Amino acid sequence: MEIPYTATARPDTGLYNGKLGIWLFLASEVMLFGALFSSYILLRVGAPVWPHGSELLNVPLATINTVVLISSSVTMVMSWASLMMKDFSKYRMYMGFTILLSFVFLVIKYFEYTSKFSHDIFPSTSTFYAIYFTMTGLHGLHVIGGIVVNAYLWGPGNKMWKSDPQRFTNRVEIAGLYWHFVDLVWIFLFPVLYLL
Amino acid sequence: MEGTSVEAVRKTVRTYIIVFVSLMVLTLITVAVSVLHLSIGMAIAVALFIALIKGTLVAGYFMHLMSEKKLIYSTLILTVIFFMALMFLPISHALDNLTR
Repeated sequence: MEIPYTATARPDTGLYNGKLGIWLFLASEVMLFGALFSSYILLRVGAPVWPHGSELLNVPLATINTVVLISSSVTMVMSWASLMMKDFSKYRMYMGFTILLSFVFLVIKYFEYTSKFSHDIFPSTSTFYAIYFTMTGLHGLHVIGGIVVNAYLWGPGNKMWKSDPQRFTNRVEIAGLYWHFVDLVWIFLFPVLYLL
Repeated sequence: MEGTSVEAVRKTVRTYIIVFVSLMVLTLITVAVSVLHLSIGMAIAVALFIALIKGTLVAGYFMHLMSEKKLIYSTLILTVIFFMALMFLPISHALDNLTR
């Protein structure tokens, strides 16, 4: 059975089905991270003392990671724009950069985590570290998920560009919407955990 | 964004670059403000305000929310309402404790 409206818009919604799908998924993701932000507020206002993030965490590394993730969002949207302009080689280049930057983010995060572990700091160390590791850990898993999807679209999945270019462009747009959401979460995580 | 002309996409690329630069500048401002050691209330207000602007830029331009279909807006309005409720729960609890 053929899945309907993968390339063209459904007349009643005005959207191709995948786009509505990803937005519904992102709405559920907002609630998932929302629950954690809500928990963070509850823990923080309930604690007699709360440490300043910059005294415990590495702000320069996190700032670099913010720059890296925002840059990857730009290369992601540029990869979609390249497909819209029918330039497949540029798409490959920008998507390649997006994946590369995602790995840079994870490597920096790895150094942050291991430097904590080497000082015997774990989620069980304090409430602050518990929520820090939970939130950044869940975010990191989302980065890994994004890499898997983007790597598929960069590599084997790009065959679709020849058979059904509009559907492939839509897939890249959907992957992009997810990736920008991951960036968006970090934009809030960074000040909340590191700067306040 | 389906059915968008090549020329229109070329124009949006310029917008993406402007948004990118703005996001970088705002990131630097957030970090710069954090070393000023403002009072905690003020620091939270400034940091969240800047994050909100950055978030709006990403959602509005990279995620194309500036020109989306009504169904997506309706879905997101509902999401925002539930999200606000989620944020309000612990805050109202804290205020309750303060005024008790």
